[in-house]
Amino acid sequence: MQGNEAVAYGALDAGVNFFAGYPITPSTEVAEILSVELPKRGGVFVQMEDEIASICAITGASLAGAKSLTATSGPGFSLMQEGIGFAKITETPCVVVNVQRMGPSTGMPTSPAQGDIMQAKWGSHGDSPSIVLYPDSVKESYELTIRAVNLAEKYRTCVILLLDEVIGHMREAVRLPDMANVRVINRIKPTVPPHWYKHYDENQKYLSPLASYGEGYRFHVTGLTHDSHGFPTNKSSEASEMMERLRKKIDYNIRDLVQIESHQMEDAKIAIFTAGITARAAKAAIAMARAEGIKVGLLRPLTIWPFPDDAVRKMLRNVETVIVPELNQGQLIHEIQRLTKDKSDGNLIPIQRVNGQLITPNDILRKIKEVS
Amino acid sequence: MANIPQRIIHEYLRHDKKFPHVWCAGCSNGIVLGAIIRAIASLNLDRDDIVMVSGIGCSSRMPVYVDFNTLHTLHGRSIAYATGVKLHKPNLKVIVVTGDGDCTAIGGNHLIHAARRNIDLKVILINNNIYGMTGGQCSPTTPHEAIATTAPYGNIEPDFNVCNLAMGAGASFVARTTAFHVLEMQGIVKDALEHPGFSLVEVVSACPVIYGRLNKKGGAPQMMKDFRDNSVPLAAVDKLPPEKVEGKIIRGILRREIRPEYCAQYASLVERIKDKEADNG
Repeated sequence: MQGNEAVAYGALDAGVNFFAGYPITPSTEVAEILSVELPKRGGVFVQMEDEIASICAITGASLAGAKSLTATSGPGFSLMQEGIGFAKITETPCVVVNVQRMGPSTGMPTSPAQGDIMQAKWGSHGDSPSIVLYPDSVKESYELTIRAVNLAEKYRTCVILLLDEVIGHMREAVRLPDMANVRVINRIKPTVPPHWYKHYDENQKYLSPLASYGEGYRFHVTGLTHDSHGFPTNKSSEASEMMERLRKKIDYNIRDLVQIESHQMEDAKIAIFTAGITARAAKAAIAMARAEGIKVGLLRPLTIWPFPDDAVRKMLRNVETVIVPELNQGQLIHEIQRLTKDKSDGNLIPIQRVNGQLITPNDILRKIKEVS
Repeated sequence: MANIPQRIIHEYLRHDKKFPHVWCAGCSNGIVLGAIIRAIASLNLDRDDIVMVSGIGCSSRMPVYVDFNTLHTLHGRSIAYATGVKLHKPNLKVIVVTGDGDCTAIGGNHLIHAARRNIDLKVILINNNIYGMTGGQCSPTTPHEAIATTAPYGNIEPDFNVCNLAMGAGASFVARTTAFHVLEMQGIVKDALEHPGFSLVEVVSACPVIYGRLNKKGGAPQMMKDFRDNSVPLAAVDKLPPEKVEGKIIRGILRREIRPEYCAQYASLVERIKDKEADNG
């Protein structure tokens, strides 16, 4: 099975019943598979006129009660940013899958790159905390798609799944779990009568129930800064309340959101910090380095945003050198730098590549040997 | 106690929360809102089943005032959001309120494709020939040679005929009226609400404070009189000599035809596939 197939089947198993999208390599298989499978299940597949319309349609559908998802790549992801901000400020669950390709602009269609890590966090204007997941295999693409849909429903936000082009198009043998073992989370529905309903209930630990259009609640949704009922406000107290709410619902639930893989880190003197396909190259490099007696390990975020600050701090305390390989001109490394307090910059080693080629295990091994 | 007459619109407004409204004195938006509400009331539609969607602009502020399911979205994107709502719950009556800039400039792509699909959205396009909310810039319907803050020497561009645009794209119900013709507007909106397919109602309307002042239109009452004097019902067009029709606003239902509606098409696709699966299974 291919990574993009795993995303499509993960979406179906998570209960996604609405897909709107626009063709773009290397994500198109997700749309193609769902165009076959969704109608069979009574769900909606619609090919929209562009990516902007796609993010808008999945947001509208979600407000009507659908579990919705779209899939795209860099150029489409850029077009969707305003709509992603709308989904976040209106706290509307939806999932955007971005199978990354090399940019900027049309770039090298469709060579791999990991250039959208920061865009996934900061792409939409204004402050809006993000949940972004990043798988490194076909199997994990399936699992994290389900998790993305679950987190979107639970936290009422637009969750982003970042895939590497090579993960999207890679084939691996995968055994999908029995549906009985798949944990599916659905949004909490209100239990109060309509006139008691608050679309953004501040008393619910930032996880407030969500009514759907057509159920009698007749709520208002706006991209304007709003009060807890959803009506626009210019009061600074209500504006801060709304902004704090968006921040806190991520910050207060960081343990639930952050997922990290720690690989051979117990005795490591050198740590590699990276995600996605580059982490697989790192694992191969680690095996080779360990064979030569070098104590090196890998810390890999499955949740890239919110950033796993605590795990990274712990890593920084325990190792002498951190190598950060990434298929961009330096994005993840700035986050590590942010958390580096006692160490000199000399101990933070980048490996960066933006020429359409992957970082190979040998590239990483060479760097490990240089620093060990 | 004084006998205060109750009007139908009061039953449909979120009076406790959102008034006073943002519109200038003399603006046509309130007239259109009243006509929409009375059309809905005349059809006795359940307000739980109505979704009013809008984009950005003066007219797009309308949903916040009405007691329906309401969705105030991004500039130009109301039709795309409405498409999502409608496709997931086709039983809902989805009304899009939009302006000339919102619908035919930034949102033009969504307009033509929704019309082509013939998805059952009711688009009420309030055309005041200007960007009002941002202070009077030129829109795709600003007439040739008219003044706007971004066309200070007169607009050199030709303007869109939005009804022709919608018909060209395949809309199955297209009508035009003006803010002066209130009862006609109410009737047309009612017909649009009952039409099974993509419906576009253009309401030629007045922005006396910005467009009117920039173009010396003589204030709100005069602009209303102009709508009365400078428009011709479609039914009369053939009976009048061409010089009496030239340059006039043609009012009425310009197209009403039945062709397959998108949500219905999708539902029958789903049925067909399910039957096939059942046969195979």
